[in-house]
Amino acid sequence: MTSSLQRLGRWISKHLVLIGGLLVLVYTFIPIAVIILMSFNEPKSRLIYKFDKFTLDNWLNPCADPSMCSAVSRSIQIGLLATLVATLLGTLMAFALVRHRFHGRSTANVLIFLPMASPEIVMGSSLLALFVASGFGGQLGFFTILIAHILFCLSFVVVTVRARLAGLDDNLEQAAMDLYATEAQAFRRVTFPLVFPGILGAALLSFSLSFDDFIITNLNAGNTTTFPIYVWGVAQRGVPMQVNVVGTLMFVIAIVIVVGAEMNRRRREKALAA
Amino acid sequence: MTASTSAAPVAPSTPPEQPSPAEPRKRSLTGYWLMLPGALWLFVFFVIPLYSLLATSLYDPDGNLLQGYEMTWAFSNYVDALQEYWRPLLRSLWYAGIATLICLVLGYVLAYAIAFKSGRWKNLMLVLVIAPFFTSFLVRTLSWKLLLRDDGFVVNTLQFLQILGDDGRLLATPVAVVAGLVYNFLPFMVLPLFASIDKIDHRLIEAAGDLYSRPIVGFFKVTWPLSLPGVVAGTLLTFIPAVGDYINATLLGSPGQRMIGNVIQNLFTDANDYPAAGALSVLLMVLILALVLVYVRRAGTEDLV
Repeated sequence: MTSSLQRLGRWISKHLVLIGGLLVLVYTFIPIAVIILMSFNEPKSRLIYKFDKFTLDNWLNPCADPSMCSAVSRSIQIGLLATLVATLLGTLMAFALVRHRFHGRSTANVLIFLPMASPEIVMGSSLLALFVASGFGGQLGFFTILIAHILFCLSFVVVTVRARLAGLDDNLEQAAMDLYATEAQAFRRVTFPLVFPGILGAALLSFSLSFDDFIITNLNAGNTTTFPIYVWGVAQRGVPMQVNVVGTLMFVIAIVIVVGAEMNRRRREKALAA
Repeated sequence: MTASTSAAPVAPSTPPEQPSPAEPRKRSLTGYWLMLPGALWLFVFFVIPLYSLLATSLYDPDGNLLQGYEMTWAFSNYVDALQEYWRPLLRSLWYAGIATLICLVLGYVLAYAIAFKSGRWKNLMLVLVIAPFFTSFLVRTLSWKLLLRDDGFVVNTLQFLQILGDDGRLLATPVAVVAGLVYNFLPFMVLPLFASIDKIDHRLIEAAGDLYSRPIVGFFKVTWPLSLPGVVAGTLLTFIPAVGDYINATLLGSPGQRMIGNVIQNLFTDANDYPAAGALSVLLMVLILALVLVYVRRAGTEDLV
């Protein structure tokens, strides 16, 4: 008895860090469990936010409140457009920074770093100040949100793609050119496919940053409602459970994409090893 | 700045016939063209807005949005704003500071476990660290509201353990707000910490053990100093967004826990007091930049990006 207890004690102290890490990981999933649970909840009243009765209604009628679904689709539109532009501009910048020489590199680095180092409230309020000062104060909405989202996604794209590019073996491109590939061919057949996972990762990051942004958006949205702005609104007057359906879906989609990418990577590694 | 980018401008010091492979080799106009669109976007929508913000903060405080503001170089806006809102400002620094410290402890344990103890599950655990944060920030925070509610499991347990008084609560207290900040910004701490810890050569830690240092001493003399770049990056990436956040303070707190983000947001959208809001925003930005500079100097690392 004592010896098995001792053994347990020794096992715990040996794996203390791992156990601690796993506990922290479990802690990060607690709210997710709540969100999934609540997506199957039939509440007694909209004002009481706790689990009451199991139902599939929220999943069968996700658009019971049409304004939520239109907010979600607006968020998706903004997210896709912002991702497209930010990924394009950011990838070009990353290539310039890693592959080309030009003056003003350190200024460019500061310019890219600063938006990531400023609190959202400052970025949002300075953009609002610009829009108001330039006479667009009355036209806040879809396009001002889009401008803001491209802005804060851009730096993250540059950093992500640059990391991938910097870790790339330059000699591969050289080898292609030694084998008489033109610069364009070497880029298209060698460099781009190798950088592509980084670009894809940056795009995913951009989309999730854009889809989820509240503070900057809220300052520059005017009367336009994105999904986070919708949730903010209903948080004061009672949250429809469908919000948790959207939350669950976001989680599931992200997991599917990330796990899919990881499996793809492993498959390729195996194929290369064989 | 990463090694590759900071090494680039000093190209002339290497002999021209043997360019090191880490260096960009093309010197043409292409670089400028590639930079141009993105740099322009950053300039027009980040640099110029900061200038607009600065200008706004010096407008005549008696103006209003409808009739337009007049530039009167009203530096008194700053004094007024500080006098009226120093409490939420200090509170924000305090809450964000505590939240960052707690994140550092939790994040270090998790990052260390992933880097050194997870074996072949490393990638999976890394994915699991970010996965919860793909759901909406606001929905996540709402579910903490549910978890911490007055007759909820957490409060009842704490009451049973006599940690919380019988009518004690968590919601609408600083504890809930800080807990929300810790939860929501934890991945910003874990990822840079992991990147740093993962790079540490395990043999160095073993060497410390071979030289009869106890594990705890080995940790503080070897692991911790080597992970400092990650600690600096992680604490900054956690602290900065936490200081400006008002979502947690609003959803989990009460007006007594109002943070500077709440104040700025309200001044802009409800009170329409642009000069005061601008002044507070500028103050926050300057404060953070100063903090970053001092902190990075102190920690002796400039490996930020």
